[in-house]
Amino acid sequence: MASVSTDTPNKQHGQVSKRTVLWTLLGAAALIILARAFGVLPEWLHRIPEGAIPPTAQVLDGIFSFIQNDLGLIYVTRFIAEGPLEFLLDTSANLLEGKRRWPNIGPIPWASVAGVAAVVGYALGGWKLAALGAGTFLWTALIGQWKMAMQTMSVLVVAAPLAFAVGIGLGILAWKYRWVERALKPMLSVLQTLPFFTYLLPAVIFFKVGPTAGAVATIIFAVPPMILMTTLGLKKVSPEVVEAGKMSGCSRWQMLRHVYVPAARTEILVGVNQVIMLCLAMVVLTAFIGMPGLGAKLLAMMGSFKLGRSFEIGVTIVLLAVTLDRMSKAWVVKQPEHFDRGTPWWKRNHLALLALGIFVGFILLAQVFPILSTIGRKQHFSQGKEIDVLIKSFLAMDGIRGVTEWLRWFLNVKVLIPFRNTLLAVPTPAFILCVVAFSYWLGGRRSAIYAAVFFTIVAFSGWWDRSVITLYTVISAVVLSMMIGIPLGVVAARSEKWSNRILLACDTAQTFPSFIYLIPAIMLFGVNDVAVVFSILIFATVPLTRYTIEGLRTVPPEMTEAADMSGASRKQKLMSVQLPLALPTMAVGFNQAIMFAFFMVIIAAFIGTQDLGQELQRTLAGTELGKNFVLGMNVSLMALTFDMAITSWAERRKRALGLA
Amino acid sequence: MTTSSPVIQAKNVWKIFGPSPEKYLSGMTPGRSFDDIRADGYIAGVRDVSIEVARGEMLVIMGLSGSGKSTLVRCFSRLHDITGGTIEVDGQDIMSMNERELIDMRRNKMGMVFQSFGLLPHRTVLDNVAFPLEMRGQDKHARRERALEVIELVGLNGREDYFPRELSGGQQQRVGIARSLAIEPDIWFLDEPFSALDPLIRREMQDEFLRLQEMLGKTIVFITHDFDEALRLADRIAIMKDGAVEQCDTPDKIVMNPATEYVAKFTEEIDKARVVHARGLATPLNGAAIEGAAIDGNATIHELARILVNDTREILPVADKQGEIMGVMQRQAALDVLLGGA
Repeated sequence: MASVSTDTPNKQHGQVSKRTVLWTLLGAAALIILARAFGVLPEWLHRIPEGAIPPTAQVLDGIFSFIQNDLGLIYVTRFIAEGPLEFLLDTSANLLEGKRRWPNIGPIPWASVAGVAAVVGYALGGWKLAALGAGTFLWTALIGQWKMAMQTMSVLVVAAPLAFAVGIGLGILAWKYRWVERALKPMLSVLQTLPFFTYLLPAVIFFKVGPTAGAVATIIFAVPPMILMTTLGLKKVSPEVVEAGKMSGCSRWQMLRHVYVPAARTEILVGVNQVIMLCLAMVVLTAFIGMPGLGAKLLAMMGSFKLGRSFEIGVTIVLLAVTLDRMSKAWVVKQPEHFDRGTPWWKRNHLALLALGIFVGFILLAQVFPILSTIGRKQHFSQGKEIDVLIKSFLAMDGIRGVTEWLRWFLNVKVLIPFRNTLLAVPTPAFILCVVAFSYWLGGRRSAIYAAVFFTIVAFSGWWDRSVITLYTVISAVVLSMMIGIPLGVVAARSEKWSNRILLACDTAQTFPSFIYLIPAIMLFGVNDVAVVFSILIFATVPLTRYTIEGLRTVPPEMTEAADMSGASRKQKLMSVQLPLALPTMAVGFNQAIMFAFFMVIIAAFIGTQDLGQELQRTLAGTELGKNFVLGMNVSLMALTFDMAITSWAERRKRALGLA
Repeated sequence: MTTSSPVIQAKNVWKIFGPSPEKYLSGMTPGRSFDDIRADGYIAGVRDVSIEVARGEMLVIMGLSGSGKSTLVRCFSRLHDITGGTIEVDGQDIMSMNERELIDMRRNKMGMVFQSFGLLPHRTVLDNVAFPLEMRGQDKHARRERALEVIELVGLNGREDYFPRELSGGQQQRVGIARSLAIEPDIWFLDEPFSALDPLIRREMQDEFLRLQEMLGKTIVFITHDFDEALRLADRIAIMKDGAVEQCDTPDKIVMNPATEYVAKFTEEIDKARVVHARGLATPLNGAAIEGAAIDGNATIHELARILVNDTREILPVADKQGEIMGVMQRQAALDVLLGGA
């Protein structure tokens, strides 16, 4: 308490010097830019000369090959890949899609899967979820995508439980031992910003091409939130419950098994939900290393501009995502209910028995009616061609075409290209100074130092121009999405009904694998830069809108009431009460938007960008692990710079406003 | 009661929270106050407390929030490790116990009830109550039988299969009580067990608690911030402030002779006649001649009001539980208590 009062004078003192530092940084940047404009800047200050760039990639390659071959790590990883992991994947592949592997009984008839999904949905959330579960699998089967979907699912059902197990184990360790938490934390933040292409190549090299590499990359990708949620949940267990456990004479293991983990159930299940969703998103993306499944098909269809089929696959992926998300979320809030005394065994387990009955029933029925097992090539209801024609003719209509063409021209010629050229013309040191100034202004000294270090590393990585192009795409897309997302959120937050609707839409949209967002972009703008920015724009608008609404809605009611009673007009209330108080929460959305943008810009590589993603995607074809790593680190470092500055600002602001 | 050795014996117990409390305590000059210690960057949870709990006694620890009462009781069960002093339970120094011995002690000797119940949300009433039995490895049938027995004892039969969130606050605390009694503990800790309940239920639970205590006769350490509750339940009350015990005595004596100003503040508003018992005012016979019928020593002055007003004797004989004369009471002294004169 006492420290609060002593804080203020210090801060004021800090603010005075803060302004000076800011102006110094920006002034230095301006000087360098001016010097460049008048042609007096030496070339080595504009871009770091080739000769000065350390051979990081080669060094890394050396290290990797040392670990891989000399230390023999590859034998360990290959053993895991070819042993237990491949066995699990083969088993699930056999059961779900009928791959010829042990136990050679699959594939399970689609009707059985749909039936069980319905019962599980009913058990978790009543008729609505039952319909969703059954409907999703029914659609998948009828549209003729069963096999693809099951290829995707067969990796998911192996990767998700493994990611869960690894995550909960590490989460418990991080909670138990402070040093584990301290060691994990920076790794997790890097992992969460590392582009997924960077997970893929090491996975391929160490774990063999094919489903095993896909599964490994997926697991690594999905583990971080599970660790964080586990630690969070365990820390939140009420001290009285802990003491009750101790007073009951629990040993350490009993405490963990019977007290801590069950009491942290909610957070752990939220972690499970995130694991499932991230696994799905990632499994779809493993298409880039040639994994078969929904992702691969979507990639192929989009590449050959078959919009109808792309659309259908997109619907399947979305349905799967929504089903998995809703069911796992229903599980989070599902509380145990008691049965009356003396309820017989079969009644207590009636849903499990029903599921078993349906499962076996459909298997038997499928022996008689094979259509229940597999829907053949000629039998499905895919309308790919028709939808394709429909979409294309719709887009070719004069009005629509005029708008999209104009938009494309306007964005490209008037906004994107000039902006990009400006950024590229800025000398490297000036660029870094500007970023440092921005970080200093937002996040303070610590953030500024990190920004300086991180961007200097990027400068010395030898991929400066590509990094700037990546950044340019991210900034343009995020700025555009702010222009759409924030006003949308402000308007929606005015009425309870609309905020709920938009929040639901945002929540649903956030569960979609990022890949999906490329479909409308490509439909509207074809395969070019504008489509990239557009897909990032939709993807990044979601968190912005969401957190704007959330921020505005969580403004304490007595403050808005105070504003009302002070006679503030609606606009005054918004500008001087609601927005300032909502800003820290909105910053979280802004941060997420930037992270999403960095994620998306890399995926968009296959549209044909000129940024880091493009180079990254190229490395996937070969074995240049070092280069892949350098590129990935560049993306991660840039993302982390923004993440730190914004998060630190939001936290400070929240504390200052007394909202934390 | 007094001749047998105490169940819990605490000597000069200190509990200090902070970066390196042991070192701080050993280097501390004696007589530092709570605020002095806080200025040094430490929080004194318990300051130099020496207290004994006799077998079968109900000791109520009373104090406002932050006075260290919960900390002290957690030291008795070693939920907190103490910084200085010794605590013996049944003559055994609990700080020298290893983890195994500590777990054994809790499994067999101690039960505890918590303010916000501390129930495990994923277990039914039955499984919550059976939890300590399960932890010590009792087989399923035995623990079920015992759990049903205590559930019946606290009046929750029929709700065995409910989950905690399906019960009211009062019912949840009954589960907490049942769980703490399941292992038949010798020592029963209750940490503000009724303060999370609304006043009507609280009263009902206190009655229930007194009934249980009558039946079971456990050694009890009961924590409360409610002075009325303390007076109602206690054999002895320890009043705590800033981690130290201000006064530890029977309710009668605390009300009649508050040791410090702080204690006096609590007793000011109390209707003394409802607290003080005849035995509390009784003085030894010393050969005085007694005449007439004796009054009940366990009755409060308030209950004796009519007799006191009507009786003409100046000195009244007082009888104990067994009906034997234990001493005499000055009628005037009793009337002073009753009428507030002095």
